[in-house]
Amino acid sequence: MSLTRRHFLILLPAAAVAWEALVAGTPEAAPNYNMTDHWWGLLIDVTKCIGCGTCVQACQAENLVPDGYYRTWVERYHVADWSIENPVVDSPDGGKHGFPASKNEGGKNFYVPKMCNHCADSPCTQVCPVGATFVSPDGVVLVDQKYCLGCRYCIQACPYGCRFLNPETNTASKCTLCYHRITKGLTTACCETCPTGTRQLVDLKNPNDPVHKFIETHSVQVLKPHLATKAKAFYYGLDGSVR
Amino acid sequence: MANFKDAGHLLRMAAVFAVGIALFLVARSIFVPKSFGQYGHYRGAALAEVASKPVMFAGHGACEGCHTDVYEVKSKGVHAHVACEACHGPLAKHADDPTALQPPKMDVAVLCVRCHEAGLAKPKTFPQVVSAEHSGGVVCDTCHQPHSPRIGDATTASAEKPSGGSK
Repeated sequence: MSLTRRHFLILLPAAAVAWEALVAGTPEAAPNYNMTDHWWGLLIDVTKCIGCGTCVQACQAENLVPDGYYRTWVERYHVADWSIENPVVDSPDGGKHGFPASKNEGGKNFYVPKMCNHCADSPCTQVCPVGATFVSPDGVVLVDQKYCLGCRYCIQACPYGCRFLNPETNTASKCTLCYHRITKGLTTACCETCPTGTRQLVDLKNPNDPVHKFIETHSVQVLKPHLATKAKAFYYGLDGSVR
Repeated sequence: MANFKDAGHLLRMAAVFAVGIALFLVARSIFVPKSFGQYGHYRGAALAEVASKPVMFAGHGACEGCHTDVYEVKSKGVHAHVACEACHGPLAKHADDPTALQPPKMDVAVLCVRCHEAGLAKPKTFPQVVSAEHSGGVVCDTCHQPHSPRIGDATTASAEKPSGGSK
């Protein structure tokens, strides 16, 4: 049987699709860690935070974050009287070296650790023009350093101010929820070193996780819930002045 | 074929399109990373790349395996819930090979006040002191043993011996 030109042309697209499938190969399997078994989040118990800055230091050491940039930071709030609309907030060096003493002016004073909220419906991943940032199958918002153009769109899109352009790589950078640790069965550097247990990693797919149980049975909230980002950094004991 | 007697130019056009589409598919298969779209609209291999970064903090479980004597003291004291590397710093290299990196000396004058210096914004239940008034310049571990700091608990500062790994 001879192949006519007509048949050749009909077969060509099919052959191209088949070849593409061939070169794509089979995906690599992750060893000893099943992504679909986890859905990571974080509990931040504001009532325990002492503003020591150990988490900020640990994050910088673990993730080699350049000086002056923060994947997590601690804010100090002062709310005078009832005026929760107008808090006075400071965070010298991201709270890395603690906080200078403040004058007693009455009202409320407290610390709030901040970091990426690892939103399930995150604005930052939606705006990326090249697919360099994404929510992983286990619920962690990550940046593909090799694919990022450094356009900064995601930095503008994050309503929590959690992203920055790494001056060394000129790519977007952010908290990875210590993805290199949690996939090995460790907790994040900030949760590991937090001396008061303010920060705790939670697996929202594991019903036996005690932190999961805590979130289930206590009044917790996320930051900027009206933005419907499905944030997964749950705050306990948070004041209404925190945005 | 009588109906298509002047169809030559159409066929040539179709051929050009077919070649164009084929070239596009070939180019796409070359330029789009192999793992793109594996899990979603991103490079699936990026997950493994992020996950392969080196660990700096070994985790308290790694410390407790060797330094059982310290763990014994610490687990009974009020610092039981404070992880080793919160004070001692990142020591995964030491955990991998104890000879490769010796933990740095702790400066208690800096470390203790980092948490315990009195501050208005700290929770009222958290033990805090104005260090200048509290000790008058005497270093903290003169009275308090950092692994079990409450005076009278477990062991005193002088009774603690160097732990297993250190010399």
